[in-house]
Amino acid sequence: MSNCLTANVPEPVFQQPWHAQVFALTVSLNENGRFTWSDWVARFSAVLAQHGLDRDLDGGDDYFHAWLATLELILAEDGAAPAAEVDHLRDDWERAYLETPHGAVVDLDGA
Amino acid sequence: MPHDHSDHPHALLPPEPALRVKALETILIRKGLIDPKALNEIIDTYQNKIGPQNGAQVVARAWSDAEFRAALLSDATAAVSDLGYFGRQGEHMVAVENTDAVHNMIVCTLCSCYPWPLLGIPPAWYKSDAYRARVVREPRRVLADFGVTLAAGTAVRVWDSTAEIRYLVIPMRPAGTEGLDLEALAALVSRDSMIGTALAQKPAQKPTQDPG
Repeated sequence: MSNCLTANVPEPVFQQPWHAQVFALTVSLNENGRFTWSDWVARFSAVLAQHGLDRDLDGGDDYFHAWLATLELILAEDGAAPAAEVDHLRDDWERAYLETPHGAVVDLDGA
Repeated sequence: MPHDHSDHPHALLPPEPALRVKALETILIRKGLIDPKALNEIIDTYQNKIGPQNGAQVVARAWSDAEFRAALLSDATAAVSDLGYFGRQGEHMVAVENTDAVHNMIVCTLCSCYPWPLLGIPPAWYKSDAYRARVVREPRRVLADFGVTLAAGTAVRVWDSTAEIRYLVIPMRPAGTEGLDLEALAALVSRDSMIGTALAQKPAQKPTQDPG
């Protein structure tokens, strides 16, 4: 935890770029009416509790792993992003990173 | 799974969750369910525009303006909306005021509910299991970890935020700040003081009542 000496030292709002990206995806889907924020909180709280059963979660990677798991669950259930489709696109992205020369922009074909 | 790729230098592979987030993003964009520009706007807003400086303005005004303070304590959502602070996760805000008798702290025991329009995105420690569990059970010990010791007669009240209600702590105005303007006052109000894990800072000038 921080203490009074570090209270005003700026720290990054998001520790990892993917934390910011999954946060923005969720806020955007909520604003587009995909789910209410109360629904989100209920689902997310349940996943956090599940992940925290056998250990204390930190507020960084652990927290956003639970966040991502919640979003995957909701989007698989409502059909927007079925698990098989997510797995497939995840592999496409991995391949794109491995096949793109260092320094070039990584993109999916036809994305 | 690490692999040796020194012969074929390629783009750095992001961590597993980042690949999965990119997969979700690609699917949702292709289906027209989200707009990539909206994603960038959201990230930019919380990284660069909205943060505890907003809440600090509210506290400074409450310290300086009795009418505003009364309005803030009776209907915080309306009072801060008048200052331009409204939006996501700020639909129902409640201000709780520290006094000699009571010190307030906020938490979200379920996840991380927080008054975004006033404080931005919560820090990692606010989202940790350690804080969320301990602040309810042993608030004075948590305060001690943050370097705060309260007078023995001061009660501690912990407010549990929800998706519906977000709290903001109004810290006590430090002594020796009588002549300061709003900007100077706001500079004394840290994020943690509005969560309740810190006190407002004393002004840099020598306090009028120096016990030493």
